[in-house]
Amino acid sequence: MKKTVILGALTAAGLSAGAAGAQTLDAVKERGTLNCGVTTGLVGFAAPDANGEWEGFDVGVCRAVAAAVLGDPTAVEFVPTTGKTRFTALASGEIDMLARNTTWTFSRDVDLKFEFVGVNYYDGQGFMVPKALGVSSATELNGATVCIQTGTTTELNLADYFRNNNMEYTPVPIETNAEAQQQYLAGACDVYTTDASGLAATRAAFEAPADHVVLPEIISKEPLGPLVRHGDNDWGDVVRWTLNALIAAEEYGITSANIDEMAANGNPEVKRILGSEGDLGAMFGLEADWAKRAIAAGGNYGELFAKNIGESTPIGLSRGLNAQWTEGGLLYAPPFR
Amino acid sequence: MADTHAHSVRFVRESMLPEQEPPAAERGVVKWMRLNLFANVQNSILTLIALYCIYWLVTSVFPWFANGIWDAPSIRACREILEGQVGGCFAVLSERWNQLLFGFQYPSELYWRPALAFVLLFVAVAPVLFRKVFPAQMLIFSALYPFIAYYLIWGGSILVPILALLGFVAGYIVYARLVTQSFAMGFFGGIVAAFVVWWLTGFVGESSFLALEPVASRNMGGFMLNLMLGTVCVSLSIPFGIALALGRQSSMPIIKWICVIFIEFVRGVPLITLLFVASVVLAYFLPPGANFDLFVRVVIMITMFASAYIAEVIRGALAALPKGQYEAADSLGLDYPQAMRLIILPQALKISIPGIVNVAVGLFKDTTLVSIISMFDLVGMIRGPILASTEWNGVYWELLGFAALLFFVVCFGISKYSQWLEKELATDHR
Amino acid sequence: MTTLSDPPQSAFKPSMLLNDTRYRGYTFQFIALVCVAALFAYLGSNLLQNLRDAGLVISFNFLGDAANYDINQTLIEYNNQMDHWRAALVGVLNTLLVSFLACITATIFGVFAGVARLSQNWLMRKLMSAYVEAFRNVPVLIWIIIIFTVMTAVMPAPRDFRGEDAAASMVLFDSVAFTNRGVYVPKPIFGPGGWAVVLVFIASLVGAVWYRRYATKLLYETGKLLPTGWPTLAIIFLPAILAYFVLGQPISLEYPELGGFNFTGGINILGSLIALWFALAIYTGAFIAENVRAGILSVSKGQTEAAASLGLRPRRIMNLVILPQALRVIIPPLISHYLNITKNSSLAIAVGYMDLTGTLGGITLNQTGRAIECILLLMAFYLTISLSISAIMNVYNNSVKLKER
Repeated sequence: MKKTVILGALTAAGLSAGAAGAQTLDAVKERGTLNCGVTTGLVGFAAPDANGEWEGFDVGVCRAVAAAVLGDPTAVEFVPTTGKTRFTALASGEIDMLARNTTWTFSRDVDLKFEFVGVNYYDGQGFMVPKALGVSSATELNGATVCIQTGTTTELNLADYFRNNNMEYTPVPIETNAEAQQQYLAGACDVYTTDASGLAATRAAFEAPADHVVLPEIISKEPLGPLVRHGDNDWGDVVRWTLNALIAAEEYGITSANIDEMAANGNPEVKRILGSEGDLGAMFGLEADWAKRAIAAGGNYGELFAKNIGESTPIGLSRGLNAQWTEGGLLYAPPFR
Repeated sequence: MADTHAHSVRFVRESMLPEQEPPAAERGVVKWMRLNLFANVQNSILTLIALYCIYWLVTSVFPWFANGIWDAPSIRACREILEGQVGGCFAVLSERWNQLLFGFQYPSELYWRPALAFVLLFVAVAPVLFRKVFPAQMLIFSALYPFIAYYLIWGGSILVPILALLGFVAGYIVYARLVTQSFAMGFFGGIVAAFVVWWLTGFVGESSFLALEPVASRNMGGFMLNLMLGTVCVSLSIPFGIALALGRQSSMPIIKWICVIFIEFVRGVPLITLLFVASVVLAYFLPPGANFDLFVRVVIMITMFASAYIAEVIRGALAALPKGQYEAADSLGLDYPQAMRLIILPQALKISIPGIVNVAVGLFKDTTLVSIISMFDLVGMIRGPILASTEWNGVYWELLGFAALLFFVVCFGISKYSQWLEKELATDHR
Repeated sequence: MTTLSDPPQSAFKPSMLLNDTRYRGYTFQFIALVCVAALFAYLGSNLLQNLRDAGLVISFNFLGDAANYDINQTLIEYNNQMDHWRAALVGVLNTLLVSFLACITATIFGVFAGVARLSQNWLMRKLMSAYVEAFRNVPVLIWIIIIFTVMTAVMPAPRDFRGEDAAASMVLFDSVAFTNRGVYVPKPIFGPGGWAVVLVFIASLVGAVWYRRYATKLLYETGKLLPTGWPTLAIIFLPAILAYFVLGQPISLEYPELGGFNFTGGINILGSLIALWFALAIYTGAFIAENVRAGILSVSKGQTEAAASLGLRPRRIMNLVILPQALRVIIPPLISHYLNITKNSSLAIAVGYMDLTGTLGGITLNQTGRAIECILLLMAFYLTISLSISAIMNVYNNSVKLKER
């Protein structure tokens, strides 16, 4: 018995058996909870509700992974991270995966040694302006004061865009979305720029959303997705294929409502996903119904989208690029076999 | 004689006049105002300026406060109720009261535990703060309090705090046995004994004996987090601060320089960079596989920070003691630990109490900085989840004012206590 | 006959390392050194192990790469193609700027409030102690956020200056605009010969100081009292004004004008700078007020009475007797308050002022993900700044210290 009571005490107080090194999957199973890094609060993607329960689109991915690995979608410890702390938290093993709208870029993948397991939201940086300004295109923004939420790739894109178009601007860097909103509404900046999804979420919270327009220009590619540490391929596979299972489930029409029926009567691919035929789960050390549990946790990709950020929610994002490939979008899950 | 007097002087009053009231300008309110408010032209101008400031403050704050809404589900509802009038939307305080105090993740059915720990804090601290009023036996409870508070706030098996306590008790017993031979032996023997006991009790294994539902420290937040960080770090940093101060005064050059470098380094960087170290860098310096959670890392860094400041306060006090005290201790044949324990430190600590209290108050205020490294303390709750929520987006004054008020009450109370204590402890004959 | 001699030296025994005061010191120092070395070795090996596991290396090369982000307030030339070093340097200068401004303003607030707390005026006394208590007992972070929020919410936006019946207007003959983006003030434009006027002005400042010194010297040596008030003013301003007109008005002012989205032209003092500056100044001013009060109270009343019995007038008593003595009590804590302001300026991150924590410790860290390197550099910078300030201040402190005791 290596773990002493005092260490046990420290565990409760703070010392937790870390999961650095290669065996994240085993560590998660032994611990019984998944440590998932999320944002400190972005409505629709990850934010605590009035009762302190985390909810949102990124949160849904965390819950799906927890359901696949541990069989319990509530066995997640959500660790709020800022732009500064997110990479260290992941690298040092404080969290097992990061599901915090983080853009997949070359240097993060290669230089910082992380592994992006896929894309759960295709985003791009946009601009929001008050309608009263009479601006209809981002090319008219010369000389504007721009509020930026720091800690993302937005500052770099913004600098590039204005430089390319020979325009000048005054950046106002702001730490949190709530404060950026306050600055923007008070007129301390003319434009608010962040990912288009974030703009929509912010606008939805306004008193008069109709007084503000999101400009048509999208100035960057922002593929947002969950990431894990480099070098632990087994764990990377688990997260990657959980995400793929959610996407594939939508493609094949598996929903949290009809999942049992589909497991019994679906086509062979569906049955393979849901574990009623073959045993894909055993290949990476999970039970056969891993994907079934992940989908049952919060529904398939489409359901998660509709529930958290879709058009019927205050955020009101359309699927756009995030539609299935069969419907003209970019979502394409590799085959399960 | 009366006759001659009557001849030489034309008129002499024979009887006392009744006492008269002083002139209107020399008594009561008028005199007070003349002396204190309108003594001369400059003074009168100052008075008028001050009056205007007060008038402006009252007229701008009062309607806002008087029209305040205490019951509404969201800021929009508040605005509807107010119908364009000026008024505060205090409903956010009543609705998010628990979150402001306990953070948003502490299980709501367990609020009684930190609340009880908070009440017991006063019971534990009272005999320390007011030594003369309370019986000395209550100090035993103060010594037990950290373990009780740990059990209440974090939960888990009661064995954990008991076994931890056991280690301290064993350490103390060994210390008491060995200290008669030499302080160093007692001190190190005590530490070794404590660790031996902790190592041995490790074989007891995990149990759920009398277990309260455990709560992870990352689920703690709100004002509770500020209070926890404040009390834990201040109480930990006092012994470290004393050790550092003694080290810096020491005649042994290596020990002295280690302490000097540590103190000057910590005092030279802002607390926020140390917190960045806690949140971003420290994890790399810990053994691979083990991972302190943010709360413990922050406690380590804030304790380092505070102990450097307390060390400087105590160093000042040590330097202020008359040299004769050191020489007297030497001439009695006391060795260094005895001289320190019996002669120097009791006096030095007494002098340094106001300074230590100042550091403690400053530290307690600085615990709000943890909001910058994504911990949800009181300020973090306000800037994060509450202002970001769709219901309360834009309620700044009420929330920030509430936070300011809460800190003001606590810090003002502490500094008033320190002033009282200073008078109480003053033994010089003035 | 007995002779006194030293007791025979006993041979060295290992137990003397612990029991003999001559050797015990070495033992303890050795143990301490070993402990510290072991701690560093332990932390270092952990670091190396962790970095190896994560496949990272510590390297400062990224500082030479282009920063790729813009900074809204730059005291030196900077654009987003310059490297991270340059961005860090911009941050350092911004830190120094806000610290400098806040130190001066805090001293003014502190001296005023400290003196006012001792005034005869009851209302002023109470008002000032309310100020001191209110600001001392609330975290500076909350004050920074509150003042920043006040700035944003109460001041008009530039768009309010637009139109026929604008909601807001510029002040001081349309030269200064207070907006929630900051204050726009006229900017001096130096034509040919403009710098000559500035040089003349600086020279006359030196001249004024010299004149005052001379007057003091004359007073002490001969007892002759020269007027100091109006001649000083004359020496400072007359030559500069003369030079200005002789050289054909080479300095003109560029007024801020409303154009496009913002005011253009003039100098924009950013709202975040103002918020941070005033929050730090008011907060620290409350502490300085207490020191000033304590300093003045520390001068015994006998000094005042003695000075008065020599026939000095109240203002001279203050200047010649009380202040020089009070300053010795006031200055040491004042230095540590200046240091605190410099360190607290790192809270700029809460309002988005691009100081050192905002550039090197903020955007650079976020963009490159090089946490260890950035934080180490950040601490090194602050340490350098703090140590230099305290070194300079200590030199000054020694110069005003009592020379003989």
